[in-house]
Amino acid sequence: MTTGHIVSGSRHAHEAWSPTRGREIIADHLPLEGATLPILHALQETFGYVPQDAIPLIADAMNLSRAEVHGTFTFYHDFRHEPAGKHVVKICVAEACQAAGGHVTSAKVGEALDCAYGETRADGQVTLEPIYCLGLCACAPAAMVNGRLIGRLDDEAIDEIAAEVRS
Amino acid sequence: MTARIYVPCDAAAVALGADKVAKAFADAFAARGLDVQIVRNGSRGMFWLEPLVEVVTPFGRRVGYGPVKPRDVDALIDGGLLEGRGGPLYLDNVEKIPFFAKQERFTFKRVGLTDPVSLDDYLAHGGYKGLERAIAIGPSETVEQVFESGLRGRGGAGFPTGIKWRTVAACAPGKKYIVCNADEGDSGTFADRMIMEGDPFQLIEGMTIAGVAVGADKGYVYCRSEYPHAVAAMNKAVAAARKAGYLGSRIAGSEYDFDMEIRVGAGAYVCGEETSLLESLEGRRGLVRAKPPLPAHKGLFGKPTVINNVISLASVPFIMAEGAKAYADVGFGRSRGTMPIQLAGNVKHGGLYEIAFGVTLGELVEEVGGGTFTGRPVRAVQVGGPLGAYFPRELFDTPFDYEAFAKKDGLIGHGGIVIFDDSVDMAKQARFAMEFCSVESCGKCTPCRIGSTRGVEVMDKIIAGVEREKNLTILEDLSNTMKFGSLCALGGFTPYPVMSALTHFPEDFGRGSVPMAAE
Ligand SMILES: Cc1cc2nc3c(=O)[nH]c(=O)nc-3n(C[C@H](O)[C@H](O)[C@H](O)COP(=O)(O)O)c2cc1C
Ligand code: SF4
Ligand code: FES
Repeated sequence: MTTGHIVSGSRHAHEAWSPTRGREIIADHLPLEGATLPILHALQETFGYVPQDAIPLIADAMNLSRAEVHGTFTFYHDFRHEPAGKHVVKICVAEACQAAGGHVTSAKVGEALDCAYGETRADGQVTLEPIYCLGLCACAPAAMVNGRLIGRLDDEAIDEIAAEVRS
Repeated sequence: MTARIYVPCDAAAVALGADKVAKAFADAFAARGLDVQIVRNGSRGMFWLEPLVEVVTPFGRRVGYGPVKPRDVDALIDGGLLEGRGGPLYLDNVEKIPFFAKQERFTFKRVGLTDPVSLDDYLAHGGYKGLERAIAIGPSETVEQVFESGLRGRGGAGFPTGIKWRTVAACAPGKKYIVCNADEGDSGTFADRMIMEGDPFQLIEGMTIAGVAVGADKGYVYCRSEYPHAVAAMNKAVAAARKAGYLGSRIAGSEYDFDMEIRVGAGAYVCGEETSLLESLEGRRGLVRAKPPLPAHKGLFGKPTVINNVISLASVPFIMAEGAKAYADVGFGRSRGTMPIQLAGNVKHGGLYEIAFGVTLGELVEEVGGGTFTGRPVRAVQVGGPLGAYFPRELFDTPFDYEAFAKKDGLIGHGGIVIFDDSVDMAKQARFAMEFCSVESCGKCTPCRIGSTRGVEVMDKIIAGVEREKNLTILEDLSNTMKFGSLCALGGFTPYPVMSALTHFPEDFGRGSVPMAAE
């Protein structure tokens, strides 16, 4: 079964921040045109967030001001300023999902996980985030749990998410 | 001959369990000692039937079963699935299902049919015929073909693609870029995603033709980060095309060079706006640039740049292979060719429906889409994403066409239709439009940045019943300020969903129902 493109969507352990490793990652991407976003993505992929200490390293390597790199970093919703919880649950709150009962579903998810949107639960088990469209609008409401996609989010699926988050 | 079954790897099919179904089949075939090839195809775009599994029978017929759950797999195999025998989930030839049969699949002709990342499959199904012809007739003839096809940008604005290409082609030779806008941020849309996941070589071919046509040797696809499957498929296909000599220097044995890269966005809706996208590709905040200069003159890194939507570029191989006329022959008014329409939200038969322009909104919603899945009456549809207007049933006779929608104060945008039943609260939808604008504003201009935040506050008061008439007047003023004072369409078009909701559904805003103004 080697055809198609398969995205595993499984979580992988993140490394602890190390400036040496950070510099390596930055150097790997430096030859790219407009390397800032690829670097920020790669840092987040490795460390689970973009450590504040990485910003001056990027600025130095790219010959940019720190303010400029910081500005880019903070502009985008994706880049994390601190590590996320053990599980990351993203619930689509855009129009097509709203039309399919998403208001009710998203509230239920918040209750089931005992977590507010945009926050990481105090015990660090889960980060719950709203997301604007996953392109699953014809099988709404939609969610992404630890990188895995879920369509037609129903009560059963919410129970499964809650169970996964407990693990 | 090894038997073969198809289980989609499209993200929506996967979201409905396709990976688990594929694994269940693999396990079941192994347990039975059967030699069956499992091909992960794209989706046919009929999402109420996903995961939709297809089988090639010993007689060479291709028949479908769906929606299949992992627990159905044993019964399907024992019931004769490999021989194409009937059963509860049997769909026969899926191309005969009315939703599919009535389409005109120009751009989506291979999606769902083939293994998306197999170059052999692509070539066996007519792939790279368009590039071959572009190389044969040369750059200026290629640009003219695209112009004559009448193709207009499918990203939303509907600007003629041929004119854009002419402008870049006319710039002095030197570094030029092809940028593909794969940010697809509009709720209710997934056509770009389905092309990238279901037929990525077609997008690569389209960009390569653009490169040949305007004299660019480098392309970027800027894909939103919410689409990991699309990114994976594009990367795999680019690597395969490069290996086979379709990307790199002297592509396909010609005198032209062209290569490309996939870049991933970072969750900013405004980066779908072309100049914001260019800023982002260059590594900066996605602040919208003032125009002029046009990207065609000064685009990526200040160089002449063609920036087109995924569907615009993916339409080009058909136009080149079949001729501009074959494309222009279908359509409506100044909207030529086909549009992949996406039916989403509370819809019974949701999915992708590619059809010539001119079909009415009502046909799409009621006949093709089959109304709502809740079984309740359709009350409103939002067409064209978060910046598109809400249409009531009274406007269902509007033909799907750029100009016809503009005449009704709406837009077709990227072709997404989000269907709502009668439980929708239109004041809430208007509030959401303002909220979305305030969350996603790039912050460059005041009417958008401050106006949308004020808009949310005003909507909250209206919803709470505080001084309604006064606040509705403020809302109308605010909308006008945003419409005329914003630099880009995020601030400029947010008033469309807001005002259309108020105009067509005044009762939800505490205003008595007023008869629709005569045209
Ligand atoms: C706020 C905003 C968001 C946009 N998002 C997209 C998008 O996600 N995809 C897209 O192709 N065009 C988008 N556009 C339109 C682009 O600015 C541009 O018109 C398009 O990329 C041109 O390509 P086309 O001529 O092939 O449509 C957006 C425009 C605005 C104002
Ligand atoms: S209208 Fe909004 S998004 Fe567009 S340039 Fe102005 S502030 Fe930025
Ligand atoms: S609106 Fe939720 S997936 Fe598109």
